[in-house]
Amino acid sequence: MSTDTREEGLYDYALREPRLPAPENRDNDRIGIPIEARLEMYEMQQLLRQFEKRAYDMFLQNLVKGTSHLSLGQEAVATGFARVMRPDDFTFATYRGHAHTLARGADPGSVLAELLGRENGILKGKGGSMHLTSVEHGMMGSYAIIGAHLTIANGAAWSSQMRGTDQVSVCFFGDGTTNIGAFHEALNLAAIWDLPVVFVCENNLWMEYTPIDLITAVANPAADRASAYGLEGIVVDGNDADAVYQVASQVISKARRGQGPSLVEAQTYREQGHSRADPAKYRPPAEVQAWKERDPIPMYHERLLRLGVPEGDLSTIQQDVARRVDEATEFAKGGATPGEEHLLTDVWADGGSAWRN
Amino acid sequence: MAELTYRNAVAYGIAQEMRRDPSLVMLGEDIAGAGGVFKTTVGLLEEFGPDRIRDTPISEQAILGAAMGAAMTGIPVIAEIMFSDFIAVSFDLLANEIAKSRYMTGGQVTVPIVVRTANGGGSRFGAQHSQSVENWVMMIPGLKVVAPSTPLDVVGLLAASIRDPDPVVFLEHKSLMADKQDVPDGEIVDELGVAKVIREGTDCTIIALALMVPRALEAAGRLEEQGISAEVIDLRTLVPLDTQTILGSVSKTSRLFTVEENPRLCGWGAEIASIVADEAFWDLDGPVVRITTPHIPLPAAEALEDMAIPSVDRVTETVTKHMG
Repeated sequence: MSTDTREEGLYDYALREPRLPAPENRDNDRIGIPIEARLEMYEMQQLLRQFEKRAYDMFLQNLVKGTSHLSLGQEAVATGFARVMRPDDFTFATYRGHAHTLARGADPGSVLAELLGRENGILKGKGGSMHLTSVEHGMMGSYAIIGAHLTIANGAAWSSQMRGTDQVSVCFFGDGTTNIGAFHEALNLAAIWDLPVVFVCENNLWMEYTPIDLITAVANPAADRASAYGLEGIVVDGNDADAVYQVASQVISKARRGQGPSLVEAQTYREQGHSRADPAKYRPPAEVQAWKERDPIPMYHERLLRLGVPEGDLSTIQQDVARRVDEATEFAKGGATPGEEHLLTDVWADGGSAWRN
Repeated sequence: MAELTYRNAVAYGIAQEMRRDPSLVMLGEDIAGAGGVFKTTVGLLEEFGPDRIRDTPISEQAILGAAMGAAMTGIPVIAEIMFSDFIAVSFDLLANEIAKSRYMTGGQVTVPIVVRTANGGGSRFGAQHSQSVENWVMMIPGLKVVAPSTPLDVVGLLAASIRDPDPVVFLEHKSLMADKQDVPDGEIVDELGVAKVIREGTDCTIIALALMVPRALEAAGRLEEQGISAEVIDLRTLVPLDTQTILGSVSKTSRLFTVEENPRLCGWGAEIASIVADEAFWDLDGPVVRITTPHIPLPAAEALEDMAIPSVDRVTETVTKHMG
């Protein structure tokens, strides 16, 4: 047996067998979701899609600085959960957090301005793409070190318990997160304290540049770990907003009733690279193609047509969203470069950064 | 007036603040049923109940994460990390999340947490349970750092730390636990960022922290017998740093010594030496001298550990040599 792994193609992941999506479940047409809610979810998915495409275009124009991690292809997960969440519920996301921030209602203009490093950015230019936060919308932050925010989401859920509210924390993370210690610490604590928290693994099959199945002991990186914490292993089609909505309704109401945490694995696919600098050529072309054919947005479009929504109504929504994204772009581009007066503010609660007298 | 040990002062201070603020909670390993491995939380479970005094698994990341999530949603939290060495296990939470969230979010998030932890050597526990990690936390923008040397300061600075809206790392020294002091009745609240001149002198200034404070004080007594009048400053908090008290003392004595339990590199004394060199250079009559633990992992054997950590003898001899 040759030891030349390149010859064998072991490390040329593009030569691996493609991991294909399950076929669309047409029965989900009949999930009991009011058509108004479905139209809102269509609009949200359009917003997330068009926003991310605009962010990518502005990166190519060298207007978006630093790094950014797009949710293209994963819009249905953020959409389905956010549609179920109450305004006072808490969202915790990773650095791939544009979609989750917008889905909770943050202004696309100020999110885009943050990506551009402008003063009118949602974090005043101090956090950037990977730390989007909008506390007024319950979006409690985007966290860029894998694993940490699962433990923080526990804290917010613990706080709901202590304050006697029925607020639920929903924490989104990628498949790669399931292999770090904080994931396991967080799941255990949530389980023993019956915390009102929902952990949502967006399994997009790729841990950055490496296939998740190559580096994980079980087939379903999140769901197959659930039993270790006394939880049900829940897998959902993450490319079907209605399926996500249905599961989200179940697990969020369970948490709200005080019946403890859940772990959901939403199967989806990252249509682009890990971050903006990654062309993602390491993926089997047949895999990319198969998942493109399971793109959540055209699929949802077809579903709405089957349910009797006129094509014209959907076009109108698309065009309205396009106008909003254009307005957001103008708002962001019009923002000032942050001035020196902002550099030393907001380290401490008093607004300053003094460390000595 | 009650006599308290340093150990009992911890629970005394926590209880004072928990009575005042019913939303304040605490979590950590062995803190509830067992009363803490250093017995610093004895009686709190009985008075405040298991909802406010929570035992956790050995999960330092989960502990600090839970503290942060609760704090940023309106519940002030005291988190105990059993030994300060274990901060390394949860350093991401402390260094990347708790410390930076306010700045990164443009001021949207406030994180009122006190991370209490048993710090320092002298217990013959070896290199993983004896470290003085004040320099680990001092270097991170967004953390305040407190290290009391007396029971009264434990109570007052703990109260100030808990009432502070920013994250504070509160270092309780293992080798001071049995020290006793009378504390006055009634509410005790001190102030962060205020160093104390605990012995006045005219010939040199000795700055110390935590366990090094009583040693510096004893050394000053011996130096007096040799005709050297040493002023001793208990730093008490590293961030915010009371540079005015330091600079004022140096302008009077013209000589400065630091006594640091941390290993040599990047100890707090280096920062102070730098500030004094920048701002009081012309007040100095000689070099700033740092007396520190050597840059080694701490050894376990009694004889070796005692050689490593600055002693009264070493402080006295070093000051004498340089003042000669």
